[in-house]
Amino acid sequence: MSALLSIENMSHYFGGLKAVSNFNFEVPEGVIYGLIGPNGSGKTTTFNLITGIYRPTEGKILFDGREITGYRPYRIVHRGVARTFQNLRIFGNLSVLDNIRIARHFNFKAGLFGSLLRTPGALKEEKKIREESMQLLEVMHLQNRALEDAKNLPYGELRRLEIARALATKPRLLLLDEPAAGMNPKEVSDLMDLIRRIRDEFNVTVFLIEHHMKVVMGICERIKVLDFGETIAEGLPEAVGKNPKVLEAYLGKRGA
Amino acid sequence: MGKRKLPQMTLIAVLLYALIKVLSLDSIGALNGYFMIIINRSLIFVILTVSLNLINGITGQFSLGHMGFAAVGAYVSGTITTLVLKLSPDVASSYPIFIGAIILGGIGAAIMGFVIGFPSLRLKGDYLAIMTLGFGEVIRIILNNINYVGGPRGLLGIPKFSTFTIIYAFTFFTIVLIRNLVQSSHGRAMLAVRENEVAAELVGVDTTRYKVLGFVVGAFFAGIGGGLLAHLLQIATPTQYGFYASALLLVYVYAGGMGSITGSIIAAFGLTFLSQFLQLGFDSLSNMTGINFGSEWTMVIYALLLILIMLYKTEGLMGMKEAKLLVIEEGTK
Repeated sequence: MSALLSIENMSHYFGGLKAVSNFNFEVPEGVIYGLIGPNGSGKTTTFNLITGIYRPTEGKILFDGREITGYRPYRIVHRGVARTFQNLRIFGNLSVLDNIRIARHFNFKAGLFGSLLRTPGALKEEKKIREESMQLLEVMHLQNRALEDAKNLPYGELRRLEIARALATKPRLLLLDEPAAGMNPKEVSDLMDLIRRIRDEFNVTVFLIEHHMKVVMGICERIKVLDFGETIAEGLPEAVGKNPKVLEAYLGKRGA
Repeated sequence: MGKRKLPQMTLIAVLLYALIKVLSLDSIGALNGYFMIIINRSLIFVILTVSLNLINGITGQFSLGHMGFAAVGAYVSGTITTLVLKLSPDVASSYPIFIGAIILGGIGAAIMGFVIGFPSLRLKGDYLAIMTLGFGEVIRIILNNINYVGGPRGLLGIPKFSTFTIIYAFTFFTIVLIRNLVQSSHGRAMLAVRENEVAAELVGVDTTRYKVLGFVVGAFFAGIGGGLLAHLLQIATPTQYGFYASALLLVYVYAGGMGSITGSIIAAFGLTFLSQFLQLGFDSLSNMTGINFGSEWTMVIYALLLILIMLYKTEGLMGMKEAKLLVIEEGTK
């Protein structure tokens, strides 16, 4: 398996604070990769760096062998990296369908004048986007909600909508920032099935941040553990789970 | 896809046009010249308000100098038509030139929109408002100092090309085109910028492009509106396009509902008429009672009514909703 995402010597500072320090890692194509660590250990910052929200102070990010360091976020999305957010960022006042269609927009080939005048070419593109989006909603069991305002959806469905929206950009790498946050046990086990299904059916490599140990140990095939911006362990779930440093970072904190 | 609403819209627009035309006939006399002036002005304000709504309500930016764009349209088209009129005084045969001049005015304003759009990328909210306010004032002061277009006195002797029919047609096309844009994939990208910029960028929307696009398209139609206004009033002065007028447009956008084309139409029309009716009401009250109610009372009541609208309809009259007639397909607002 070749590396889909590789990060070389990446560091990021907020003023004097070292948020991410000298990261080196690779996410192989096709795996479900987990990034864990206590609060403030630099997980979300890592996602923000990969997706271009921040530009790394040092180091390089390569996606599929090509450098994406310092690219604008939308260009990184066009390359095939999509993400969800820890605290949802849904377009609440727009319909569920529109949320998905916006994510398909990068593939919309008609120009501005086509849309202003509703030319047959533009209408054909609109139809294609609508059909593709409805299909995706069906796969995610959200088709009955298509015309509702997104803000009216219950929490679990919002989480699913956000994943669906990320998938609508046709990514090869999907970054999930705490997908199980705020879910009940039933929803968590549904989510685990969904993530596996996404990997298999959409051929997407999944890279997730999670606090929920059941999710991490249950579905991740490789795990990286961070503490204070540094990597303290990396490898298969079983090995990481027994690593003394990891136990200290987690349990030591809890005991204190 | 839902069925197309354009034929339906066109039919209603044509019927409304015919109705106003018939009512304004001398033999019927229900709408006298005074009313026709108000109707014409209201229609132009519909164009200006809808175009401002594209920038503020749809794309989520903030323009406080929208009349600056209208001024560019007014002066560009006005200069062209006055020149043409000097060369060949035959007004009737100059209509194609007039239409061309109006569109050139729109293009001139769109270029200004492009220029303003870029600095706006770094500014948000209040700061963006201050910058666009500055822009509007800069335009006004520049026009004040160009003698060729009359300086503070204004551009005089603009031919009266803006008839009811012309204004009505431009208003109709503006509404249709902006509706088409808003309910297209490009329009949804603009809405995404308004809803959540970070999320928009992270689902692949080039937010820079769509912010600038909002300004460019909004400015274009503002330029058209300005051009029509100049050819209706036959004069364009810098003060007409100052801050007061820009703020008035903003009131229309908020009162109608941010992001609602329907709301902008209702507000621009309704509020223009409201202020006129209040004026008429006070005048007749003065006549009846013999006590002089000055015109300043009109503004007091008008402002009070606006406050009431905003108190009881915080999101404006229409909120973010559109009339069914303006909705192209289900699931799009």
